[in-house]
Amino acid sequence: MNAEVKADTLPEKNEFWRWQENVWVDETKDWKSAKIITCGIDVGSVSSQAVLVVDGELYGYNSMRTGNNSPDSAKNALQGVMDKCGMKLEDIHFVVGTGYGRVNVPFAHKAITEIACHARGANYMGGNKVRTILDMGGQDCKAIHCDDKGKVTNFLMNDKCAAGTGRGMEVISDLMQIPIAELGPRSFDIDTDVDAVSSVCVVFAKSEALGLLKAGYTKNKVIAAYCQAMAERVVSLLERIGVEEGFFITGGIAKNPGVVKRIEKLLGIKAMDTKIDSQIAGALGAALFGYTLQSKKAAG
Amino acid sequence: MIANYGYKDGSGEYYISIDTDKCISCSADRACLTACPKQMFETITDDYDDEVTWVKKPNCRTLAYDCADCKPSAGYTSLPCMTACTPGAIKHSW
Repeated sequence: MNAEVKADTLPEKNEFWRWQENVWVDETKDWKSAKIITCGIDVGSVSSQAVLVVDGELYGYNSMRTGNNSPDSAKNALQGVMDKCGMKLEDIHFVVGTGYGRVNVPFAHKAITEIACHARGANYMGGNKVRTILDMGGQDCKAIHCDDKGKVTNFLMNDKCAAGTGRGMEVISDLMQIPIAELGPRSFDIDTDVDAVSSVCVVFAKSEALGLLKAGYTKNKVIAAYCQAMAERVVSLLERIGVEEGFFITGGIAKNPGVVKRIEKLLGIKAMDTKIDSQIAGALGAALFGYTLQSKKAAG
Repeated sequence: MIANYGYKDGSGEYYISIDTDKCISCSADRACLTACPKQMFETITDDYDDEVTWVKKPNCRTLAYDCADCKPSAGYTSLPCMTACTPGAIKHSW
């Protein structure tokens, strides 16, 4: 699926960290003939997504950067996708909020944690074989086990340390002055494997990266060292709950092959592929929860 | 479900695991709530509408310090929360 990239969100002069915001609607479907329309809003620390689900199927989404106000971020995310398909808030039967700002979604009927929503979303995106989910979010990291229905059976979260998160990658992108989308591919443009940067803290990792540049490392080699460090950190998190076949990665870092390939190498397992934007997993799961709840309500 | 609350940082790995399958129908009358000197536990309704105990959010980021007073170095031979939880739902990773 090809989402429309918002032209004004492409990286500009000094905004190397800026990732592409996008909006997409399935134009082969007609939402006006749907029985149940639900919406999931994921207000994360770095990005916000609004996903529309029509009769239990993904219909459209909007993914954008979170502002400094959660209610506004939720409204803007939803407005973006509604404008794309001519929908109004009154047309939506059930709205579920998730993410760290879930309690600040003014029009949500229910709030559900991002852990349950990511599991449900990954189950939709990767199918019922998904068992282990790694969500690499903007400022936290989650390892989740789920059953064949997407119900969580084991989870852990690290939201104290920004190492291994999207924000860490943004910091390195800014430091290297290389657009964030190019970091992954460039991390493979080196002759030999490199040792990971040793610092656990993202702030110290930045200092260490600077030191490596001064010591004569190329930018690509420093990026490779940072990608390796991120991979090692999330793998150590995953090892605590164990990794089963049916491994799925959600969140923005899933789009960075430099980290994903290194995680796969360390685990000795390949992550499952999906055509759906990995960043919308939480909001998609929320919308699917909404569909289940509205269906039960409609059935009385 | 095994719910792990806590964090990993440069100093170590600090998680309290709660097996919610053992916690849902608590036979210890939620004794953990009062056993913890820092009152870190509380009862909530989770995403699947089950009543379970969890670790309060602010404590999830300070477990190493919050639990230090109950560890062997402070003179305890067993953790009050684990002792109170007779169904055996609570475990510490460190």
